[in-house]
Amino acid sequence: MTDTAVTASAGSHTEIEPAHPPTSTGLSNEKVAMWSFLGSECLLFGALISTYLLFKGQSTPGSIEPADVFDIPYTSVSSFVLLMSSLTMVLALAAIQRGDLRLTRIWLLTTALLGASFVAGQAYEFTVFVREGMNLRVNLFSSSFFVLTGFHGAHVTIGVLMLLSLYTLSLRGKLPASKAETVELVGLYWHFVDVVWIVIFTLIYLIP
Amino acid sequence: MRRNCRLAALSATLFLFLAGCAEDAPQDFLKPQGPVARQIDKLMDPVFIVAGVVFLLVQGLILVAVIKFRSKPESPEPEQIHGNTRLEVGWTLAPALILLAVAVPTIATIFDLAQKPENAVNVTVIGHQFWWEYRYDDLGVVTANELRMPVGRPVELTLNSDDVIHSYWIPALAGKMDVVPGRSNRMHLIADAPGDYLGQCSEFCGESHANMRAKAIAMAPRDFDAWVAGQRAGAVTAAPGTPAEEGSTLFAQKGCGGCHTVAGVSEGVLGPDLTHFATRTTFAGSIFANNDANLRTWLRDPQAAKPGNKMIIPGAPLTPDEITKLIAYLNSLR
Amino acid sequence: MAIVTPERPDALAPEQPLNVPARFLRRPTGYTPGLWGWMTTVDHKKIGIMYSVTAFVFFLIGGLEALLLRIQLGGPDQTFLRADTYNQLFTMHGTTMIFLVIMPLSAGLANYLLPLMIGARDVAFPRINAFGFWVFLLGGLFMYSSFFLGGAPNGGWFGYVPLTRNMPGHNIDYWVFGLQILGIASLSGAVNLIVTVINMRAPGMSLMRMPIFVWMSLVAQFLLLFAIPVITVALFLLSFDRLFSTNFFNVAAGSDPLLWQHLFWMFGHPEVYILILPAMGIVSEVLPVFSRKPLFGYQVMVFSGIAIGFMGWGVWAHHMFATGLGPVAVSAFSASTMFIAVPTGVKIFNWISTLWKGKLTFPTPMLFAIGFVAMFTIGGLSGVTHGVVPGDTQQTDTYYIVAHFHYVLFGGSMFGLFAGAYYWYPKFAGRMLDERLGKIHFWLMFIGFNMTFGPFHILGLQGMPRRVYTYPEDMGWDMWNMVSTIGSFIIALSILTFIINIIKNRKPQEVGDDPWDARTLEWSIPSPPPEYNFKEVPLVTSRDELWHRKYTEDEDGRSVRREVTLGQEKMAGTEVEPSPAEGHEAPDHMEGDHTDGEGHPDGESHDEEQEPHIHMPSPSYWPLVSALFLPVISYGMIYKTWAVAILGGVGIFGSLYAWALEPATAPEDTPVHGPDTSGDDLEAVPV
Repeated sequence: MTDTAVTASAGSHTEIEPAHPPTSTGLSNEKVAMWSFLGSECLLFGALISTYLLFKGQSTPGSIEPADVFDIPYTSVSSFVLLMSSLTMVLALAAIQRGDLRLTRIWLLTTALLGASFVAGQAYEFTVFVREGMNLRVNLFSSSFFVLTGFHGAHVTIGVLMLLSLYTLSLRGKLPASKAETVELVGLYWHFVDVVWIVIFTLIYLIP
Repeated sequence: MRRNCRLAALSATLFLFLAGCAEDAPQDFLKPQGPVARQIDKLMDPVFIVAGVVFLLVQGLILVAVIKFRSKPESPEPEQIHGNTRLEVGWTLAPALILLAVAVPTIATIFDLAQKPENAVNVTVIGHQFWWEYRYDDLGVVTANELRMPVGRPVELTLNSDDVIHSYWIPALAGKMDVVPGRSNRMHLIADAPGDYLGQCSEFCGESHANMRAKAIAMAPRDFDAWVAGQRAGAVTAAPGTPAEEGSTLFAQKGCGGCHTVAGVSEGVLGPDLTHFATRTTFAGSIFANNDANLRTWLRDPQAAKPGNKMIIPGAPLTPDEITKLIAYLNSLR
Repeated sequence: MAIVTPERPDALAPEQPLNVPARFLRRPTGYTPGLWGWMTTVDHKKIGIMYSVTAFVFFLIGGLEALLLRIQLGGPDQTFLRADTYNQLFTMHGTTMIFLVIMPLSAGLANYLLPLMIGARDVAFPRINAFGFWVFLLGGLFMYSSFFLGGAPNGGWFGYVPLTRNMPGHNIDYWVFGLQILGIASLSGAVNLIVTVINMRAPGMSLMRMPIFVWMSLVAQFLLLFAIPVITVALFLLSFDRLFSTNFFNVAAGSDPLLWQHLFWMFGHPEVYILILPAMGIVSEVLPVFSRKPLFGYQVMVFSGIAIGFMGWGVWAHHMFATGLGPVAVSAFSASTMFIAVPTGVKIFNWISTLWKGKLTFPTPMLFAIGFVAMFTIGGLSGVTHGVVPGDTQQTDTYYIVAHFHYVLFGGSMFGLFAGAYYWYPKFAGRMLDERLGKIHFWLMFIGFNMTFGPFHILGLQGMPRRVYTYPEDMGWDMWNMVSTIGSFIIALSILTFIINIIKNRKPQEVGDDPWDARTLEWSIPSPPPEYNFKEVPLVTSRDELWHRKYTEDEDGRSVRREVTLGQEKMAGTEVEPSPAEGHEAPDHMEGDHTDGEGHPDGESHDEEQEPHIHMPSPSYWPLVSALFLPVISYGMIYKTWAVAILGGVGIFGSLYAWALEPATAPEDTPVHGPDTSGDDLEAVPV
């Protein structure tokens, strides 16, 4: 009989027990938790995107609209940056699974920097919009656009903070190969945030 | 236990009978007074009967089980029955079929009631916190609180809101329809016979939601036409030297015209049009009968009478004498 | 190693230096006694108790609010309450009963029972579990602080815009932020319980062997997982409109107020299934025990629960039948609403069949469970009548609807929860509640409940709308309102009986593991259970595992008691002594075959069956500390004191960070094994 003693959150288990006792699915609790959480996030972004789409074309005629402010080439570049960050995230995971801790750190940092660039790029884009007369309160489009992309940007920022934390932990030797799953879970979150952006970019920026 | 169960069953049945013999309730929708409400009622009658039968069946089975299978010292351990597929299929299909039988006429009635009627009197209803405005645009009539309508002819209501969501409901004549700002919903009413049909706002709209009542007054067609003619006329000018005339001066001085329209006198739009105020049976969202005593209570302190309502008298407080004169003026606005 | 006794609660605690300030900041150990022990506990049982007790207090408050409403409405034109006071009270009554009573009571029971029922030692994430409780408590306190800070929420529990968008004052802001805080508690609890049930079942406990209460709670947690984000978005949009003048619900800018309703009800409808499914699960546990036969149609009950969970997403606009959606939309939702009655009705028939040909006894839990079936049937039938749209255009926003949802939420959920309270009380507390008082409670409540809410059907049919602080005297509503008011005080009396019962029975009793001769695993361990729940993780070979350990079947399929309960065969040769007074197991009950009596070897002597140590997660103060920052952020936002809001934000990030870096089990915390594990047993009972 095996002991299904509680395995709890990310944190070092003492030497007494193996890393993860067996679970009913074979997946770790943390992994099932992350997938569940991402499932709920789908509804969060779904509700925000739906609100944006319902308001599409409903703003007071003559007030600011997407065509007035969107700079598709610029946003395409920042989207590409975010997309590349998913690649570097995958590389970071591969590195730690191989035990190459130095390369793990490099890719983690790169991912964080790419994500930070994305957020910086968005922040700059928003300041341009504001200068062009589009702020939170102008009309339905402006409110729903800023709130939707703002929520997404907040999620990216939290992801960047998590990545930098992993980087710091690794620098202090606290992220060995046995902790690869932690990187995998942050990676799951990161990829999710990226997919949400692809949906936003397509539905909000690209489709007229 | 058994005695208690019997008592419970008996009181439940008594209760249901009492329900039918309730005292007269003007907003009772089980006593429809027009074809629209009647169509709804006719749809619901079989539904209530089916529900009643299911209720008796289920409660009956529970009572029987509880009595028949209660533990007795000599009763053996029960057989560990896990289920019965045929029963499961049966009590899945049977309710589904019953519901299907209910759904079909339901959907038919939904579409039927959604049709705009022909030969209707068109009225735009505007919901305000906490009163109803009625505009008969084809007829050039603007009034408030009471919807006057001809008997036997449909009244097509276009529902708009000035502020928050309200809901227009005259139970004896039709189901309710929400009045949503930014949208125009529609519904129609038809009354069988002349009379007063009471209703009220049925969507929580703020502090005095309870005080936003509605009243439809159905009249014989000739009387309705006469009423229309009277409403189209200009405002009555008070004879000079009368209290009513002094009241009309106060009406201007105290700022009433800033919110209330009296044709030819003032153009305020925040409150009800008062041009023919004296022809109405109620006021203040139909919570008050239109008489002097109530008018006095109202003018003395509208907020106390109807908390949270939007009427702030600019020239408040009014002295009793001023109120007397204003009442005289209002009574002259036939 | 010494055995912990009450006199030496720290016997197994590591060497702790005596400088007090450092001790306060040091992570508490498994043996922390007293209030600090409760505030830092991560034990799902303690958390379950805290959830339940707190929710019960809110039930009393919500009930008081109801009594005030009923006094005001007892007669026409009364002036007991001012209009705005009435509007605050009805808003808070609804908000309290839904978010601060039924949901946390269900969460508390699920917290306590799910690990026990699936053979686990705790939930997947014990500290997140504690966090959920503290967030709930603080969210409730935050919302109620509004009464003292300008007025409680007064826009209804459903908060329709544009009314709530433009409402002056901060009443609505407290509602919005309060619900956001509570949503965090629910969401974290949902993730936790989902992972627990999916991942931590004992060997042999396949999904279809799980107790039905676990199944219904699992479906409810999935509903929470997906529904909470939707209301989160709606609340964010409303708060942004109020704080930052965005345009989400600004009609002048072209917004449609129905957007709020769609978002709210897309959450709101799954929410009502969240409210009812756990109670249905409880009834499905209680009826079989006191019928002495299994739940009829277990698989169908599971699948109908899942079906209700899925179909519940497709009916939301039945709350909007009078809003002018148009005949096509309204017909579709009418059909889906009618058809969700099918899996619901199936359950009623399965419950009746469980009773049928059983050997029924009627202790208090059984009375409430049967009461549930009877009352929920009424609520369900009135619900079906609402699905007939033309009828609903008359019924909606009247007392007929109020009747419906009180029959399903009080006659349904609350009756079910009381059934669970009486049924599991011996397990939680190690003592029985008084049967006579229990029966008085039930009958008073049954009569009072029907007297209060039965007349609402009539009042609704007679045209009395909802949410009105008064009504005139010539409407024909006077008598039934008076009857209802009297009934509400009878309900209050019944609850008083319950409280007296609890207080009167606070001395420890010798209750044993299994006072009801029940069917599921939580009855195979002591009452109350030790901190680690199971000495040995159980091996599950069937549904109703405990029943099959106790009973076999004869050729007629009737139960026959086994000579020796399975699972204790290993103990053959060991005296199976009755539990001593506090519900501890006698020291002879040891892991494996050790029959050498007192004391435990140092964890070194094993056979292959024995586990060396039972590691329980260590307590932690980070869940409480993190939770504290949520109201801080909220106050800062409401009063637009951005420094406070930012402080709160930084605080919560910092706390979560420290928490994440803290190991689940503190290295210096010693493991738990064997009986007499901690002073916890003495604090395991609340009153």
